[in-house]
Amino acid sequence: MSQVSALLWKDLVLEFRTRELLGGMALFSLLVLLVFNFAFDLRVDNLAGVAPGVLWVAFTFAGVLGLGRSFVAEKDRGALDGLLLAPIDRGAIYLAKLIANVIFMGIVEAVCLPVFTAFFNYGSISLDILVIALLGTIGFSAIGTLFSAMTTNLRARDVMLPLLVFPICVPVVIAAVEATALAFSGGLAGNQLRWIALLAAFDLIFGILCFAIFEFVVEE
Amino acid sequence: MSVTSLPRTREVDRVAPSATPLIDRVLQGALLVSFLASLYLAFIYAPTEAVQGDVQRIFYFHVPMAWLAYLSFFVVFLGSIVYLWKRDQRWDIYARCSAEIGVLFTTLVLITGSLWGRPIWGTWWTWDARLTSTLILWAVYVVYLMLRSYSSDPARGARYGAILGIIGFADVPIVQMSVVWWRTLHPAPVIQLEGGGGMPPQMLVALMVSLVAFTLLYAYLMRQRVQIEQLRSEIQQLEESEG
Repeated sequence: MSQVSALLWKDLVLEFRTRELLGGMALFSLLVLLVFNFAFDLRVDNLAGVAPGVLWVAFTFAGVLGLGRSFVAEKDRGALDGLLLAPIDRGAIYLAKLIANVIFMGIVEAVCLPVFTAFFNYGSISLDILVIALLGTIGFSAIGTLFSAMTTNLRARDVMLPLLVFPICVPVVIAAVEATALAFSGGLAGNQLRWIALLAAFDLIFGILCFAIFEFVVEE
Repeated sequence: MSVTSLPRTREVDRVAPSATPLIDRVLQGALLVSFLASLYLAFIYAPTEAVQGDVQRIFYFHVPMAWLAYLSFFVVFLGSIVYLWKRDQRWDIYARCSAEIGVLFTTLVLITGSLWGRPIWGTWWTWDARLTSTLILWAVYVVYLMLRSYSSDPARGARYGAILGIIGFADVPIVQMSVVWWRTLHPAPVIQLEGGGGMPPQMLVALMVSLVAFTLLYAYLMRQRVQIEQLRSEIQQLEESEG
């Protein structure tokens, strides 16, 4: 556990020194909201159906941007080899990166959500939304961190990461959008619980699976 | 003097050229028989469906193709696990070849489904649960093939492919479930797909025979494709040891 926190602290410090990735991700999420405004011409009558999807597209697109960068620092000058040679579990490397990615994506969401509610005059910031956002972010990042480690070494790395992450994360997107829609519109609590349960199950299953499989990605 | 009129005196010419192994010939024969039978059963023997008419007959090929797709991807899953466990390259070859065949058949499922849907539903596509999850399945394994091609180092490509093979297949039931729930909450216009309730026995027979035919086709395609891939890796190893 101390290994994880040490690695995590390293990643957080690195990012907070320059904040360039966070700034870029946050701004990108706002730009996505802007583009969707033109794409859908979000008048009031369309809004409830479309808005949760818009929000989650903004989250996931900005998220993929951040995920793509998570192992770039390690690729430079063999830093990953250094990590692998150090007496730490491979799984600790994955966990630390996962938590860092969740934190970064979470910060972007914390910026994006209030702006969203202002831009579209729709939606609210409630405990429900926070839980949904957290669970969705964890699931998305669990898959994304694993594949980010994989694509860092590939030729077409920027293209491959979204191609890998989005089809696998479809359940996360569906569940998050549906749950968010219900949270915004104050719909049936039972249904919302079902989607949150699906998110939690996805997080658990793929969190464990990706954690176990990570060592196969970084082995040499 | 033309080459063909030269007397065949060399030893290698007197020995028969490598004959097709028995199992391949058995497979070829079985394929021929089963596909002929399946064509007859599907187009002539099976009764015409009451509501959809003759267009429904595409069902006898569409469903086995879907079965084949899932079978292929299950083999990818198995091959991926065994490869990561044993590092035996043969299992990686099985996984990769099965993925290719699987993508081929998933594409065919989507196309035949569209062809079937257009006259029946009046539309080429609809976002119902089954089509949506088939499309996602297709996307995952197309990306698998891309991942394999984009890895410059074959050993790494095999490893990465195995990881995606495991995660992709583990995701399949979750994708199905989430898409079905999504559709239950937002029902699309009601669509009558292939025979919901009792299918007359003749239809069942046609379907089963077609299923067998396609499964044999899978076995045959796998054998051919795996052979090619094994030859290719042999050549590569020879080239590397030469260099």
